[in-house]
Amino acid sequence: MNLYVLLKMVPDTVEELNVAADGKSLDSEFLRFKLSDPDEYALEQALILKEKHGGKVTVVALDAPEVDDVLFTALAKGADRAVKIPVNQAGLGTVAAARVLAAFFASAAAPITPDTLVLPGSQAIDDLEGELAPFLAAALNLPYVGVVCAVTPADAQVTVVKEFAGGLRAEFAVALPAVLGIQSAEKPPRYVPVAKVRAVMKSAKIETVDLPSPDRPVQLELDRMYKPEAAGHAQMIEGATEEIADQLVEVLAKISVL
Amino acid sequence: MDPVKISIFGLPGVLVLWLLAVVAFGVFAYRIWQLVGLLRQGRYEDRFDQLGRRLGHLIKHVLLQPRIFNERSIGLPHFLIFWGFVIYATCFNWALVRGLFPFLPIPYPDGIKVVGLFLEVFSVLVLISLGVAVARRLCFAPRYLHLSLDANLILGLIGLLMLTMVFGSAFRLVGEETSVWAPFGSLLSQAFATVPKETAHSLANGMWWLHMIVVLLFLVYLPYSKHLHLLASPFNVFFSQSATRPVGDLGVRGAREDLTAGAARWQEFTWKQLLSGFSCAECGRCDRSCPAAASGSPLQPQQIVQKIKEHMVHEGLQPKNGDRTPKLIGDVIAEKEIWACTTCLACMNRCAVWNEQVPLIVALRRHLVSEGRVERTVQDMLGNLQRYGNSFGKSDRMRARWAQTSGLKIKDARKEAVEYLWFVGDYASYDPRCEDITKKTARVFAQAGLDFGLLYEAERNAGNDVRRVGEEGLFELLRDKNQQAFGKAQFKKIVTTDPHTYHTLKNEYPWNGNRPEVQHYTEVLDGLIQAGKLPLKKPLAGRVTYHDPCYLGRYNGVYDAPRRVLRALGLEVVELPRCRDRSFCCGAGGGRIWMEDTEKVQERPAENRIREAVALAGVPTFVVACPKDLAMFRDAVKTTGNEGKLVVKDLAELVAEAMA
Amino acid sequence: MANPILVLAEQTRGELADITFEMLGAGRKLAGASGAPLYAVLLGSEAAPLAARLGVADKVFVADNPQLDVAPADTIAAALKAVMDQTQAGLVLLGCTNVSLGIGSILSAKTSLPLVNFCRSAKAEGGAVVLTSQLFGGKILSDVKFADGRGIVSIYPGAFPTDAGRSDQTPPIEKVEVSVEAPKVVFKRYLEPEAGDVDITKQNVLVGVGRGIQTQDNVQLAEDLAQVLDGAVCASRPVIDQGWLPLSRQVGKSGMSVKPRVYLALGISGAPEHWEGMQNSQCIIAVNTDPKAPIFDGAHYGVVGDVLELLPVLTDKLKARKG
Repeated sequence: MNLYVLLKMVPDTVEELNVAADGKSLDSEFLRFKLSDPDEYALEQALILKEKHGGKVTVVALDAPEVDDVLFTALAKGADRAVKIPVNQAGLGTVAAARVLAAFFASAAAPITPDTLVLPGSQAIDDLEGELAPFLAAALNLPYVGVVCAVTPADAQVTVVKEFAGGLRAEFAVALPAVLGIQSAEKPPRYVPVAKVRAVMKSAKIETVDLPSPDRPVQLELDRMYKPEAAGHAQMIEGATEEIADQLVEVLAKISVL
Repeated sequence: MDPVKISIFGLPGVLVLWLLAVVAFGVFAYRIWQLVGLLRQGRYEDRFDQLGRRLGHLIKHVLLQPRIFNERSIGLPHFLIFWGFVIYATCFNWALVRGLFPFLPIPYPDGIKVVGLFLEVFSVLVLISLGVAVARRLCFAPRYLHLSLDANLILGLIGLLMLTMVFGSAFRLVGEETSVWAPFGSLLSQAFATVPKETAHSLANGMWWLHMIVVLLFLVYLPYSKHLHLLASPFNVFFSQSATRPVGDLGVRGAREDLTAGAARWQEFTWKQLLSGFSCAECGRCDRSCPAAASGSPLQPQQIVQKIKEHMVHEGLQPKNGDRTPKLIGDVIAEKEIWACTTCLACMNRCAVWNEQVPLIVALRRHLVSEGRVERTVQDMLGNLQRYGNSFGKSDRMRARWAQTSGLKIKDARKEAVEYLWFVGDYASYDPRCEDITKKTARVFAQAGLDFGLLYEAERNAGNDVRRVGEEGLFELLRDKNQQAFGKAQFKKIVTTDPHTYHTLKNEYPWNGNRPEVQHYTEVLDGLIQAGKLPLKKPLAGRVTYHDPCYLGRYNGVYDAPRRVLRALGLEVVELPRCRDRSFCCGAGGGRIWMEDTEKVQERPAENRIREAVALAGVPTFVVACPKDLAMFRDAVKTTGNEGKLVVKDLAELVAEAMA
Repeated sequence: MANPILVLAEQTRGELADITFEMLGAGRKLAGASGAPLYAVLLGSEAAPLAARLGVADKVFVADNPQLDVAPADTIAAALKAVMDQTQAGLVLLGCTNVSLGIGSILSAKTSLPLVNFCRSAKAEGGAVVLTSQLFGGKILSDVKFADGRGIVSIYPGAFPTDAGRSDQTPPIEKVEVSVEAPKVVFKRYLEPEAGDVDITKQNVLVGVGRGIQTQDNVQLAEDLAQVLDGAVCASRPVIDQGWLPLSRQVGKSGMSVKPRVYLALGISGAPEHWEGMQNSQCIIAVNTDPKAPIFDGAHYGVVGDVLELLPVLTDKLKARKG
């Protein structure tokens, strides 16, 4: 199978996020980036497919802070090829990013073969303009399913499982080549030791594929970006454990669930 | 009456002796050569530094063997059996040389009166000791003692040898004058007074030949039995790491290969690690002191050593028969055993032959980590450590937030020079349960007028537990980051809250050869008290007991400073039965605090320890000096239902109380 | 008259999702401000019978083509575009949910109308529509404007009240014909969650456990508490992923939506994925060691403390209180 995993760096929410002085973007002072969670699962799913059914895994990313580490880590985990498109991800909306990636897949560097699966994460926490996977699928005219939690090849197709709500899931048969938005994989993302990543950094190279920056980086200009005022806050109960428990008993009694 | 001058099956005795000796030594040498060949297939490690110090270490621990005495019932007997053996071995070789070269103008050893006396007295003492050993085995066998054929055979052979000496002496004295130089022989010869002198002398020769043959048999048998430790352990002690540098340093000197990925096959251990198998005398001291084994987990340190040895000998010496080679991890040793270790060092502390069990386990863990075969919770921790420099997954910028609400303005060692750099550590910085104590410690330092500062956000986890979990690459990354931060700060000494941090900064960071003094906070407080600089306002009264943290006590020998501090506060320190280097680990070390319990444990180590403390009469306070101990023991007090009976306090809290 | 506003009604197996009513309510307000008609769109044979419940809309367009049942996103998007073209609609609302994921993006690609995701509030301002979206799990908000009032909006569940979308009135229904291309994604079957012994959506009291419960053994402490309160234990995704509780107990975007009288969130940080599933609980009591956990923003009562310490004490006191 010819597997492409699309990786996106997103702001790390462990840090406190602040708005920059211009009121329209994030303050970059303490901003750190990490790989979007669903993308980690997409990589894991691709590696599992390669291990079980053979094939090649290519990871692709636009340029963003700390993306090189992520690409090398992917190689250390077992990806065969890492490609960085030297177009700055910052300031690009999902639609523009999809255009760049569509151009990538139209280029000789990434042919879409009959056994190709393109695996972006199902969505990202900063996807204001929508999800990458469906935009890319529309541009490439490929079938698409999102919120995928399992992928199994079956002849010239794949069977995918999509999560609905309430624990309900559904199976779909998808013709190849296709774009699948991955939510989770049959196993959690594997661990790769630091020593292996360092070794890969010395031995492997990240390819670059030059593509033009898109004309319209965003669909719509933001009017403003701001931090929410906490609409409310919980009434905090304090004290020693015994006292807290007593107060909670009262609260529960008041709502008459006792 | 020279025994070799007789004829045996028509051949001159000398010739027979030569044949026997050549064959025995030949077989023995071949086997030793095979075993050394196995060691040579291991990886290289430089244990050839400071040979003089090594020799001193050898002399003390082989000839005086103080560690053997750490188990009372067998201590003295073994010492005597050992020396008895040494003397006999000397005499045997003397007798053998004399027998092989009858033209040499020297007498047999028992021909010299003093030597003869020694031989007799020692024979009898050894026989008594053997009697004790046998009685212990048969009648009072401690639970742990395995009655193996090998062990019993050895006892039998030694006994036989001693008997041949005594009877040989007796037979020689039949019809002769009794000699004060051969008291037991003289005594015994009375029993044979009726035997004709000729017969007696033939019997004496018989005893001599029997003795020689048994020894030669013993020689051949030795490399196949656990008594190989006789030969291997002196080398093991000589090459022991603690002879020249701290034993808790997991860095390997002079390694020629990259050891980061650990050992997946026996050849990937170093030659010294493989030597442990030959040196192990199967005494079980390590198993008996292991907290993991005590809690019912599958780990037994002796088994790790033995399994590696047996696997190596079997795989290394069997002819290849095309069968599937058993995998070291999986078939020979289970993953569960490997992860159960808390790296508390109790095993290595007790081992009479100075084996190094913990590095073996860490080498196996390194392999598992290199394959990503690590449980989920540990993976998450390692990911957090790599990304944020702490195991809590919180931003590195939050590390010193506690300082903002401490009521103090704490210096930033990156910006101004301080005398003491306080390396606070993850738990003390991020765990809400420890925050209070960290602030108290800060106030104590401030009130004592200590000139101290923090690295603030530049501090990273020191890497102790990361290294012991087997993620050597991540350890190096953390170490590099910390060393960079140290390079940019100005300080003279380091003080740490956590013993794990203390140990690693002190022993496992290269510091470019320029190591600052590293102290645990209890040592600093002790120093301040002794200099009269700690303003203790009111003495505390009462009885407390103190738990020696593994990484402060066993690993670094700091036992007295904390006790002096407690006494200076006015408290009476009551010792736990297992105190100082016998302290029983809380179970959190080696990354275990990040792991789930592998099996249903009988009793967690921390619970075992709390029960030990509760059994002390009139001691309501359990004092700890490590944040992990604090967390583990506070939980254990609850789970053992001892709330109200025992309170766990950090030593810093008590000092703060006395200064309030 | 302004261009019509379309709402894509969301349903699964013949049940209308709450988001449908939330969108109708939001759409009604926008329509009222601009004077535009509000239309609902129901696609699929399972959906058709539900038209009568969408009375808040001025008209319901129904395409009862069975090929639109559990159809892939691009099929739905194509059908929606057909209705847009027919009605000259300028603004489309759909659910920011698993079921509807991707439809809006493909529609945006097909129509070149901009899509705004994660929308929590929508206001008409003159001829424009101002949308507030949450980013980074709700830590940051953004305001974006459709200057001409035209675009596609993905509505975040729970941000708008459902009541405003409910009505007793029966709306006029218009059938539309939608042709469907041979799909390259074919629905095969549903995978039901294992029949749980307990239906957490019907419980009065839920004790929710998150990462803070730390080990599988500790889940028992939550069970004990749930038992005293005649409730059930549920969990956030990480706990379910570990296998400590079955899928039927998962609360969140991919799990159940619950509205119990009392929801005890123990060791749950309050990440959006989970919050979405329990935000409408009547009384939320949160216990967490992290004073900055987002759950405290939305909970009614909060305790900063160790769940494992508090649970047994609380359970004992409740037992004593019950007599």
